[in-house]
Amino acid sequence: MKLVGTERVKRGMAEMQKGGVIMDVINAEQAKIAEAAGAVAVMALERVPSDIRAAGGVARMADPRIMEEVMNAVTIPVMAKARIGHIVEARVLEAMGVDYIDESEVLTPADEEYHLLKSDYTVPFVCGCRDLGEAARRIGEGASMLRTKGEPGTGNIVEAVRHIRKVNAQVRRVVGMNTDELMTEAKNLGAPFELLLEIKKLGRLPVVNFAAGGVATPADAALMMELGADGVFVGSGIFKSENPEKFARAIVAATTNYRDYKLIAEISKELGTPMKGIEISALDAKDRMQERGW
Amino acid sequence: MLKIGVLALQGAVREHIRQIEELGCRAISVKSAEDLKELNGLVLPGGESTTMRKLLDRYELLEPIRALAAGGVPMFGTCAGLILLATEIVGYDTPHLGVMDVVVERNSFGRQVDSFEVEMSISGVGEDIPAVFIRAPHIVAAGENVEVLAKHEERIVLARDGQFLGCSFHPELTEDLRIMKYFIEMVREHTNVLVH
Repeated sequence: MKLVGTERVKRGMAEMQKGGVIMDVINAEQAKIAEAAGAVAVMALERVPSDIRAAGGVARMADPRIMEEVMNAVTIPVMAKARIGHIVEARVLEAMGVDYIDESEVLTPADEEYHLLKSDYTVPFVCGCRDLGEAARRIGEGASMLRTKGEPGTGNIVEAVRHIRKVNAQVRRVVGMNTDELMTEAKNLGAPFELLLEIKKLGRLPVVNFAAGGVATPADAALMMELGADGVFVGSGIFKSENPEKFARAIVAATTNYRDYKLIAEISKELGTPMKGIEISALDAKDRMQERGW
Repeated sequence: MLKIGVLALQGAVREHIRQIEELGCRAISVKSAEDLKELNGLVLPGGESTTMRKLLDRYELLEPIRALAAGGVPMFGTCAGLILLATEIVGYDTPHLGVMDVVVERNSFGRQVDSFEVEMSISGVGEDIPAVFIRAPHIVAAGENVEVLAKHEERIVLARDGQFLGCSFHPELTEDLRIMKYFIEMVREHTNVLVH
């Protein structure tokens, strides 16, 4: 019997993206540049995170016309963002045939208490996380892929580093624990017990975990790979840089060959000015997107 | 011990490595031409074919892999890997490696929401083999020497052209080792011919 939307089909899609770069784009032209540079997928948006940050107000799902335009422009998968807990935005994106939905803290949450029950959908979801508890809760709801939250639209890698280190340290801790210690760990993390059992058995998270939120240079992308990310999301970094084409190619090359430092030096030459970064401590707590969701 | 390479530029690399090792062979991650030396077989994994092609060009792997193919080394492509192997891709002027005598069409079962899994019987391999199709391509036409091993909804999804094995779906996403085992037998036969 033919089955669609199974866990294996949804998680498998993310497995195919490993080692790759997923780029934020706002139109067909940018999507083509991303595809030509070797992106494994594009995230279709109305505004990149740094512009969302600058614009303020409520950020919602993009105009479906943008998704449609991007889907028609490229053959690589197209992702799109829905607000946390916004059942209808997610269903609309699914009905349009986007390949992956990001239930994203970059948009203004629609629900401050409940995330989407992602296992209910045929389309796979990616969700943000800052630690293993948050990661496990999202997987428990049916997320097929994770990404560290970082602090989107800042061009500052410090939060993404904090989050990937934390998740991976907590995974290592679970793997090293005795099975009789896992229920207490589940309680402490606020994580489903069965997932911790699975993590212990696999020796890793059961889904792919990308890095996101603050990647602004090829070296940043390589750093995230070095710290154990399965791939990288680049939001504002690429199309806010001086030479997006060159910049996009450089990010892809640095992600694939993250330990080839001579190559990273070579591709980092004369890339022009990267996006202007924001010091995290200069952000008010209310402006920190990573605090959205739980 | 047989040495089987897995093209490790992007995609489902670790899954293939796990299957190869479970079957008692040595798996080699291939990131440069240097890694192709002394391989008995090569797996081209699933991933994004457009991305992999860019990376094959950048790391100058296209010609070395073609040379390996010309030397008769067996190759197994799954999904994007099948697209890399094919001599013709519908809608594109030029192929990638262009070594396996098949015409493939990309994303021919639809977008991700149409991706599916199904159990299939495959001639010479076994019954009830789980097959996971993810934005999968299919073989539109096969050359006269190509052996069609499996079809789904009248479309060719697994075929062998001498030393090349091409598959629309992802055996590496399952615990079932039978298709990899079939490939390793191809590698063993080829290696034995060389020894004797």
